[in-house]
Amino acid sequence: MKRTRNIAAGILVLIFAASLLAGFVAPAPYAAQFRDFVSAPASRRFWLGTDELGRDRWSRLLYGTRISLLLAPAAALLSTFMAVVIGGIAGYAGGWWDRIIGRVIDLFLSLPWLFLFLIVRALLPLNASPLTSVTLTFTIMGLVGWAPAARIIRTGAQSLRNSDLVLHARACGCHGLRLVLVHLAPGLKPVVFAQFWIAIPTFILGEASLGLIGLGVAEPLPSWGNLLRELANPQAVASNPWTLAPLAALVIVVSCFQLLLPQKEFAS
Amino acid sequence: MWIQRIARHLAVFVLTTLIAGLLGASLVRFGPGFETDEQQLDPRLNAQSVQALRESHGSERHLLAFYLHYLGRMAAGDLGVSRSLARPVAQLLSERAAVTLQLMGAGIAGGWLLGLALALPAVLFRAPRYELAATALSSLFLCAPTAILALVLFFVNGPVRLAIALLIFPKVFRYARNLLADAYTQPHVLAARARGLSSQRIFFRHVAPWAVPQLLALAGVSLGIAFGAAIPIEVLCDLPGLGQLAWKAALARDLPVLVSLTILIAAFTQLANSASDVAIAACTRGRA
Repeated sequence: MKRTRNIAAGILVLIFAASLLAGFVAPAPYAAQFRDFVSAPASRRFWLGTDELGRDRWSRLLYGTRISLLLAPAAALLSTFMAVVIGGIAGYAGGWWDRIIGRVIDLFLSLPWLFLFLIVRALLPLNASPLTSVTLTFTIMGLVGWAPAARIIRTGAQSLRNSDLVLHARACGCHGLRLVLVHLAPGLKPVVFAQFWIAIPTFILGEASLGLIGLGVAEPLPSWGNLLRELANPQAVASNPWTLAPLAALVIVVSCFQLLLPQKEFAS
Repeated sequence: MWIQRIARHLAVFVLTTLIAGLLGASLVRFGPGFETDEQQLDPRLNAQSVQALRESHGSERHLLAFYLHYLGRMAAGDLGVSRSLARPVAQLLSERAAVTLQLMGAGIAGGWLLGLALALPAVLFRAPRYELAATALSSLFLCAPTAILALVLFFVNGPVRLAIALLIFPKVFRYARNLLADAYTQPHVLAARARGLSSQRIFFRHVAPWAVPQLLALAGVSLGIAFGAAIPIEVLCDLPGLGQLAWKAALARDLPVLVSLTILIAAFTQLANSASDVAIAACTRGRA
């Protein structure tokens, strides 16, 4: 198992490095059009062929991977931060705070997050510039995806609050911020880390689903979501199976993240 | 005691559902471009017609007034008229609910059957190769976007409902396998083994009753997962269900449809969770 995890980590590092170096590795800019080579098959010049606008698929895949792999963890960080603040306050403060925040978490959990995202995303300008659309997509993901993690962190904080360790610290006169930072935070660290790690593949898959229905990252900026839209055309896939490359990259990366999940937390 | 508990649960259910509706309405109402209507751009319309169009949405301008008016009409079975589709919302929901319910029902049932069918042998027979193969299969489907699976099934004329089953089954498989493996390590199961009870008796009398309540908790969550997946599936495969309606309404900022859908989904998800809570309570009470 450790070997498999090492291999998964190696693959992730490799893909991450390749995407970060897209500016050097990619043979063409992601938006560059080769109008004489529209929908060209895979060749020495275009490794994965070109799309129907004549853009090099390999270059777009590298840049798209960079966007998905940089911004999904950023969204996961935002959602985990919100979950720590909201769930932590509920679990640590208890009483009415816990009841009210518990209801808010239930409210958010009662709406599937993709539905919630759909409403929020559609309210914002659909014809936003590519950079704005990227920021909006991943920020909204982070803002609406905190509830499941908050519930787990709240439970963790509750059990820590009632633990012997914290009771002893309180008895010794440790209160307030010092109690939170010195005694509660280290105990919550594994749960928080697991929730952050779980959120990354969720957001990668979420962006892919949104891109497929046209609410993800706007063209011409590539992302796995809008690269996968090519798969909606079965003739194009049949004539050029290399269009499946973004799907393969997505499955490999998400699999690696799943393999690297802390097993105990994943099981729960 | 029981009546008090049920009343409390009901009050929380109603309150959460109403707040969810208000949340949906607020998001739509305060979103940019809410008061613009494509029809107003029609050059054939004169000033009076444009003004009439603006006034037709006047009731939606004041959020709380709209929501209270909406709730009053909802009590009478009237959910308003869709702005974008120009049809009664209740009619739209009833027409499309069947498609989504079939998609989700078949998907959830298939996912659970497949997940349990793979998890049980993995725990009962403990064959490493089988477990590895089942884990690899479940991991593969856990990592693929459901919408893509639906597209593949759609293009090969396969059952699109299977896509939701393929989303649910890895979660059920992993959860059930871990849960059952954990159940077999419980002291009461070890004691039953030491007493020489048959494996069937151990499973049905000692393992299953321990695992079922926790599996029921996951069953409640399955509904939300399935609806979330139904949205891109219905959009991409052009299935006229509630997911597609939600997408269309969101793009058109159709307030009456979105509020009705938010309330409906919140109510259904909470009902499913409450039903699983009741089932868990019934299971654990019997054990106690």
